Amino acid sequence: MTVNISVTINGTTYQKDVEPRTLLVHFIRDTLGLTGTNIGCDTVQCGACTIHMDGMAIKSCATLAVQADGSQITTIEGLAKDGELHPMQQAFWDNHGLQCGYCTPGMIMAATKLVENNPGITEEEIRHGLEGNLCRCTGYANIVKSIKAAAQAMGGGA
Amino acid sequence: MGNYIGKVVKRVEDPRFIQGKGRYIANLNLPGMSYAAIKRSPHAHANIKSINVEKARNMEGVIAVMTGKDLAESGLGTLPCGFTPPDIKLPPYPALAIDKIRYMGHGVAVVVAESRYLAQDALDLIEVNYEVLDAVVDAKKAREEGAPQVHEETPNNTSFYWPIGDKEAVEKAISEADHVVDLNLINQRLVPNAMEPRAVVAQWDDFSGEMTVWTTTQNPHVIRVLMSAFTLFIPENKLRVISPDVGGGFGSKIFHYPEEIIIPWLSKALNRSVKWVSLRSESFVTDAHGRDHVTNCKLALKSDGTFTGLYVSIHANMGGYLSLFAPMVPSALCLTLLNGIYTIPAIYGETYGVMTHTVPVDAYRGAGRPEASYMVERLINIAAQELNMDPLEIRRKNLIQPDAFPFQTQVALVYDSGNYPGLLDKAEEVSGYQAMRAAQKQARGEGKLVGIGVSTCIEACGVAPSKAVISLGAGVGLWESGSIRVHPTGMISVFTGNHSHGQGHETTFAQVVADELGVPIENIEVIHGDTGRSSMGLGTYGSRSNVGMAALSKTAEKIREKVIKIAAHQLEASVEDMVYDQEKGEIHVKGSPDKKKAFGEIAFACLTAHELPDGMEPGLEETSFYDPENFVFPNSAHICLVEIDRNTGEVEIKKYTAIDDVGKVINPMIVEGQIQGGIAQGVGQALWEHGAYDDQGQLLAGSMMDYAMPKAGKLVDYQVDRTETPSPHNPLGVKGVGEMGTIASTVSMANAVMDALSPLGIKHLDMPLTAEKIWNAIQNSGS
Ligand code: FES
Ligand code: FES
Repeated sequence: MTVNISVTINGTTYQKDVEPRTLLVHFIRDTLGLTGTNIGCDTVQCGACTIHMDGMAIKSCATLAVQADGSQITTIEGLAKDGELHPMQQAFWDNHGLQCGYCTPGMIMAATKLVENNPGITEEEIRHGLEGNLCRCTGYANIVKSIKAAAQAMGGGA
Repeated sequence: MGNYIGKVVKRVEDPRFIQGKGRYIANLNLPGMSYAAIKRSPHAHANIKSINVEKARNMEGVIAVMTGKDLAESGLGTLPCGFTPPDIKLPPYPALAIDKIRYMGHGVAVVVAESRYLAQDALDLIEVNYEVLDAVVDAKKAREEGAPQVHEETPNNTSFYWPIGDKEAVEKAISEADHVVDLNLINQRLVPNAMEPRAVVAQWDDFSGEMTVWTTTQNPHVIRVLMSAFTLFIPENKLRVISPDVGGGFGSKIFHYPEEIIIPWLSKALNRSVKWVSLRSESFVTDAHGRDHVTNCKLALKSDGTFTGLYVSIHANMGGYLSLFAPMVPSALCLTLLNGIYTIPAIYGETYGVMTHTVPVDAYRGAGRPEASYMVERLINIAAQELNMDPLEIRRKNLIQPDAFPFQTQVALVYDSGNYPGLLDKAEEVSGYQAMRAAQKQARGEGKLVGIGVSTCIEACGVAPSKAVISLGAGVGLWESGSIRVHPTGMISVFTGNHSHGQGHETTFAQVVADELGVPIENIEVIHGDTGRSSMGLGTYGSRSNVGMAALSKTAEKIREKVIKIAAHQLEASVEDMVYDQEKGEIHVKGSPDKKKAFGEIAFACLTAHELPDGMEPGLEETSFYDPENFVFPNSAHICLVEIDRNTGEVEIKKYTAIDDVGKVINPMIVEGQIQGGIAQGVGQALWEHGAYDDQGQLLAGSMMDYAMPKAGKLVDYQVDRTETPSPHNPLGVKGVGEMGTIASTVSMANAVMDALSPLGIKHLDMPLTAEKIWNAIQNSGS
């Protein structure tokens, strides 16, 4: 059995038949071939799969594709606009906020919403806000630094 | 010299990662791809009575189902062990279990299907009938009389015994000592948890008879040798191993894993490309674990704090089978570092390698060296407490002095260079140690549990001189290759046998070559991780990428020599009169800076080839194979401050200072990042992480919900600084940095917690120092 869904991702609307059990992250990666969103755990433990759905940062491994029917989604591939990196991407690059890069798409997507929702975000709030995003490489210091810098660039920042 | 070395250069690899274009194997999709999933044993010790795969085989969408027996009958080899001390007992390690299970998670059958969901569904249709047997999970208990036996080949579950040092001298030192600290400790099992799960894709080409395997490995060339000679038996020149972007390794992606046999075998048998991507729950029970030592250690001292002898005896848990380098970790990589940065007149260490019904244990960030540091630095801290000395002072009293290099240790190694007193002084100063002590005194007066942790560490890295490692028991030399291909337009491809899985080699190696040749870094591309492109190399682990950098530095020297010869010929000057300006990338005649050739001009001349000196070959491409003279020995002093909540036992990190001497620094930003990441991993072991098993071999910490990974909210901004004593024998003076943070931070954090608890009379607790453990200890202390 399949269900027909329509999802707008990074500005393009896709109409597809999916099995009801298909996870959104598999739909994005396997069906649509947008492999920038990574998978780091069986479910909800690592944040590598974080995307934006209808304005919220969500873990796409804990959402079914059918739940995304009719929604607006942004993935890491859609964050840069007109060939310009998003300030969060730029800040991660400038501040060595990544090493192996595997957690990075999820970190950047989570961090973008953290800052958008709290423009004057403090270091403590950043650290707390990353509760659901794991990084094994960086020890988080430069991730926090990157997010602080991005917050400044995005017009806020404590 | 140079425009790049020693400077912050932003990473050239980052644009693809921050835009979701990382080339991880899970992202690779080939035409006609099929998907594999592996049925794994839920038991740790069992006989397989029968396996029924019929239902799975008949399921729609399933292409094939194979068992361990099928694999064994196909004539493929078992997983090899590459470090074999004398008299080691080496039971064979089949990629899929055949009739016996020796750890929970070992595969028993594999399904190939048209989609990942179907493959996973089919696993549920496989029926395995197990006779479950008693298991043993603890290295010490496994050697006791009557313990369940893991293998017939390893009586008393003992695979090997590895001693080093002078036992008699140590026994004498202990018997004559004014003071002896005698400590039993456990260095607990860890699960590496690189964020990218392992993955393998194999593509057999029936037409050419070639096999391409993409695998998440830190050392594709080594894996190719092993596949070719020990497991798959495909000629090396028909086998290409590619390890593209790899999402973290920390040691766990060094080893030859079962899936690297199973997936290519299926691809060839089915004549289809096959993909397998580990689930995180599979990673927990299949990626080689780290540490897991049960240890007794003793430090003998004079009453003034002078060290006179050190004794260590380790039971090292090897798990159900010997993983690729497993026996090396608790022996040659651990006991040879017992000397620390101190003068210790007598040292003896011994290790029993013990089989248990657990996931195989192998190298994990630091590999043996964190265990060595942990013993030495815990003993010293307890000694300081018992002798009523400051932990910095007791260390100072015993340091190897700067004029003592090269320094022959009591345990085989010769240290290259260092200034250990300077290192300690800087750590004291930068951390504000004395002020922290004063504040601690006051806080203690108010009943607060405040602790200051001090540790130093030394690491033997840049592994390694081939002769040295082979004499210790390794099966391969550990040199490295580096090639530089200068294209006619002056663009440069650099090939290295090292592998980057987060370290940023595409940037740092380019920095080195750019400075060596005097060319803009934008003109250089660093290529690694593909046996079809770069020459044989040994990969990256043991902070050894400085070996590959050294190889490239040698290669660049050859390029310069050729460039100089051509320039001299064209400028009609003698070679001796030529000056290679490495800042500008120009070659001119000494005293006449206008009589010059640009690097690019010479590169083009190597194409046109009509203006070369007589007899010179055209082209501009060189390769070097560099075998280091000795290990390099980075060292560090870390100091940290914690406060423990009496009511909850929770540890709060207040401050963390790290001073590291990693020799000459190529890119300070990357060095700092390595230290920071290392600190978090070490703190993770000290406070939270534990790959705990129950007594029947069930992994209790089998997900990231149960296994406590370090999180941003629990950590702080680290204060990272350096001292610098270049290694005298590495051509670039570099020493290596990948593992330092982890080695030093584990024990500095543990020492801080124990310092905080010392007023309660608590002498030692084993890691992880969780809130629960500390709370219980506080309750039991009666305070
Ligand atoms: S993959 Fe979604 S949280 Fe880990
Ligand atoms: S950069 Fe490797 S996991 Fe975060």
